[in-house]
Amino acid sequence: MINHFKGGIHPPESKLTAGLPTIDMPVPKQVVIPMSQHIGAPCEPVVKKGDHVKVGTLIGDSSARVTCPIYSSVSGTVKAIQPILTAAGTEMTSIVIETDGEQTLEEGFGPVEAETKEEKLEAIKRSGLVGLGGAGFPTWFKLTPPPNEPFDILLINGAECEPYITSDYREMKENPRMIMEGIMRVLDITGIEKALIGIEDNKRDAIEDLIALDPAYDRIKVISLKTRYPQGAEKQLIYALTGRKVPPGKLPSSVGCLVLSISTVSFIESYFRTGIPLVKRRITVSGGAVANPGNIRVCIGTSLQDVFDFCGGFKEEPRKIIMGGPMMGVAQFSMQNSILKQTNALLALTEDEINTQKESPCIRCGRCVNACPMNLLPLQMNALIVKGRFEAAEKYHVRDCIECGCCSYVCPASRHLVQSFRYGKAELALIAKAKQAAAKGGA
Amino acid sequence: MDLRLIGSSSPHIKDKVTTSRVMLDVIIALLPAALMGVILFGWRALVNIAISIAACVLGEYIWNRAVKKPQTIHDCSAIVTGLLLAMTVSPRTPFWMLIIGGLFAIIIVKQLFGGIGMNFLNPALAARAMMMASWPAQMTAWQAPNWMSAMSTEGLTVAVDSVSSATPLALQSLIISNGGVTSAQLPSYKDLFLGNVMGSIGETCALALLIGGIYLIIRKIISWEIPVLFAVSSMVLSLALGLDPLFNLLSGGLMIGAIFMATDYTTSPMTFKARCIYAIGCGLLTVVIRYFGGYPEGVSYAILLMNLVVPLLDKAFIPKSFGTLIEKKGEAAK
Repeated sequence: MINHFKGGIHPPESKLTAGLPTIDMPVPKQVVIPMSQHIGAPCEPVVKKGDHVKVGTLIGDSSARVTCPIYSSVSGTVKAIQPILTAAGTEMTSIVIETDGEQTLEEGFGPVEAETKEEKLEAIKRSGLVGLGGAGFPTWFKLTPPPNEPFDILLINGAECEPYITSDYREMKENPRMIMEGIMRVLDITGIEKALIGIEDNKRDAIEDLIALDPAYDRIKVISLKTRYPQGAEKQLIYALTGRKVPPGKLPSSVGCLVLSISTVSFIESYFRTGIPLVKRRITVSGGAVANPGNIRVCIGTSLQDVFDFCGGFKEEPRKIIMGGPMMGVAQFSMQNSILKQTNALLALTEDEINTQKESPCIRCGRCVNACPMNLLPLQMNALIVKGRFEAAEKYHVRDCIECGCCSYVCPASRHLVQSFRYGKAELALIAKAKQAAAKGGA
Repeated sequence: MDLRLIGSSSPHIKDKVTTSRVMLDVIIALLPAALMGVILFGWRALVNIAISIAACVLGEYIWNRAVKKPQTIHDCSAIVTGLLLAMTVSPRTPFWMLIIGGLFAIIIVKQLFGGIGMNFLNPALAARAMMMASWPAQMTAWQAPNWMSAMSTEGLTVAVDSVSSATPLALQSLIISNGGVTSAQLPSYKDLFLGNVMGSIGETCALALLIGGIYLIIRKIISWEIPVLFAVSSMVLSLALGLDPLFNLLSGGLMIGAIFMATDYTTSPMTFKARCIYAIGCGLLTVVIRYFGGYPEGVSYAILLMNLVVPLLDKAFIPKSFGTLIEKKGEAAK
C-alpha cells in the first residue's frame, strides 16, 4: 500500500523541541507586515499612515485573481508604509505598526456563516489563509481545481520531514480533534470522499493519538510513512500515499489529489468556528545557537530579533539564521526581517551545524544521482549550468528539480548544486520570455 | 551581539562525506591486497608502492604549482592512482619506470584533461598501458611469490625460462596456442585465491581483493553492479569458449580491475543501466583479448576501451524525471 519514493536522504532529525508545548509570545513593540506573503499578486495597503488598527483589521488586499488578503496581527497605529528589503532579495511594500499592547479584536468576528460551496471558498479566501507548510500557496485557490481535473482524494501532509521543525507535530499533539474536524470540513466543502493523513514514523505518538480518534472519523485514515527526507515534498507524498505520480510540470490536481498541511486544515476549522483571520502562527525556534529553543505562537510581522530575544537570545554565535528548515529554508541576512504566514521555523545554527566546506571539483561519484527523488542527474546539470549551457541543462530536465537539496547534502565535493539549478531555471525562464517576445515581434 | 551571518543558498547542512574521505576509503580497501603483495613479493613490493605514490603525489603538487592552480593533493586521489599503478605492475618493475609511469598518469592522463573528475581514461591503467607498450620486456619480468613451493616452481620452469617466469594467464595462453597440448600445469584454485602465483603486486590474491570490494560496497563507495556483472560476463564468455571460468575470474587482473579500476567514478557511467552495459562490455572484452589476442591478459585494455564509451553511454541513458511515464501513458490514451 505504502510506496517508497526513489532516492532521498536521512539527515540527523535534530527535533530538539518535539517535547515542548507551544507557548505564546507576548506582543512585540512593533510589527512589520509585508504585502506579499503568498504566491500570486501582492496586496495593496488599504490603511494609511496614522490609522489605528485592531487585531484582524484588513490592511492589505488586491483585486487580482490569485492573491490573498492580509490582516493586522496587532492593535496599534500604522507608523509607516514603505518598501522593505525582504529575505528574497526584493523590495516589498510593508506596513509598520506600532503596537499598543491591548490586542483589541476587530469587531464583528464570529462563527462563519456560509451555506454554498462558493460562500465557503470565499470565506476561506477572506481568512487570509495560505499553505502554512512553506510555499505559501493561497489555500482557497488550491481548493478550486481546474474543471477537467476533479479531486478524488484529500491528502494531509504531516510528514514534517525537515530536520529541527516540530510545529506540525505540536499541532497534532495539542489539537488532534481540530485537525480531524478541519479535514471533515474540507471534505464537506470539496465533496471529496476520503482523506489520508501521512505522518513519518518518527512521530509514532502523534500517529497513535490520531488513530485513537479515528473511529469517529471513518472517512479519514492515518498512514505511517518511512522517515526519509523529502517525504513531505508534494509529489513524493502523493506517491507514497496513493502510488500516483504527478507528471513533470503538473499540479497534484492532475492526478486527483488535494494536498494540505496539518496546520492548514487545523486553521480552517478554527477559522470557521471563530471567524478570526490568520494573524498568528506557531513556529519552531531551534538550532544549536538558541538559548531556549521552543515552539512559540507569534504575531505575523514580528521581527526575528524579537523572537530570538523572547527565546533567551543566543548561547553560541549563530552563523546562519534560517527561515524554514535546514534543507530548504532561506538564510536571513537581517534580524529585522519579519515572521511571515508561511514561516514554520526559525533556526539559528552554529558553525558546527552548517556546511562550511568549500566547493571542489566533481568526482562523478554519483551520490547525487542516487539521492535525487526526481530521478535527475544533478552532476550533469551542474556541469552544464556552470558553463552557461542552460538549454543543454534543460534536456537533463533541470526544470523538474524540486530544490529539495538532497544532492547538495550528499555531495562529497560540496558542489553548489541546488544553487546552480535555481540559477539555471531562472535563466531558462528569461530565455523563454525572450523567445516569446521575439515571436510576438516577428508576428 | 554583532552577528556575522552567512547568507548562502539552501541546503544549509551536509553529511560528513568529503572527496578525501571517499579516496581514503578506497585506499583502506586496497590495503589488504597491497599487504598481501608485500608478503608475497617482499620488500621490493613495498618500495615500489612508495615510489609510485610519491611520483603521483609529487607530480600533482608540481603541476598545480607550475600552472598556478589551487593545490589538490589533499584530496588523496593521487595517492589512489599511485597505489593502483604500483599494484598493477610486476614487483620487478624498475624504479625509474614507475616514476615515469606515475608522472604520465597524473600529468598526461589526469591534469592535461582538467584534473580530478575530468580525465576520460583511468590514469593508472593508461600509465600501465603506456609502460607496457614502451618497455614490454621489463613489464613482463615476473617474480615467484615467497610462498610458492619448490614443486610448483618446477612445474612452471618446464614451460618458460626462469628469468621471465609465467603468470597463470601466460600459461593459459600457451595452452590455447598449443591447442591444449603442453606440459605446463595451471595453478590450483587455492593458490589463485590466496595469491600464491606470479603476477602484479596487487592482483594475485583474490581473497584480499574481495575483502576490499566488500568493504567498498558496504561503505557505499561503489555499487555492486560493475564488479559483479564484470565478473559474471567474463565467466559466461569463458565458459562459452571452453575456458575454465573460475580460473579466468581468479587469475590476472580481473578482480582488481573489476573492483577497483572499472568502478573508478570519473571513467564509469552515472546511471544503473549504462553501468550494466559498461560492466558487461568490460567482462566480454577481457575474455576476447585473453582468448583471441596476442596478450595473455586483457583486463586493462578492456577497461580502457570501455572508458572511451562512457560519454556515449551517459548521453544514451538520460533518465526520465519522476512521473514522466504516467504522462506518456496518458497521452497514448488520448
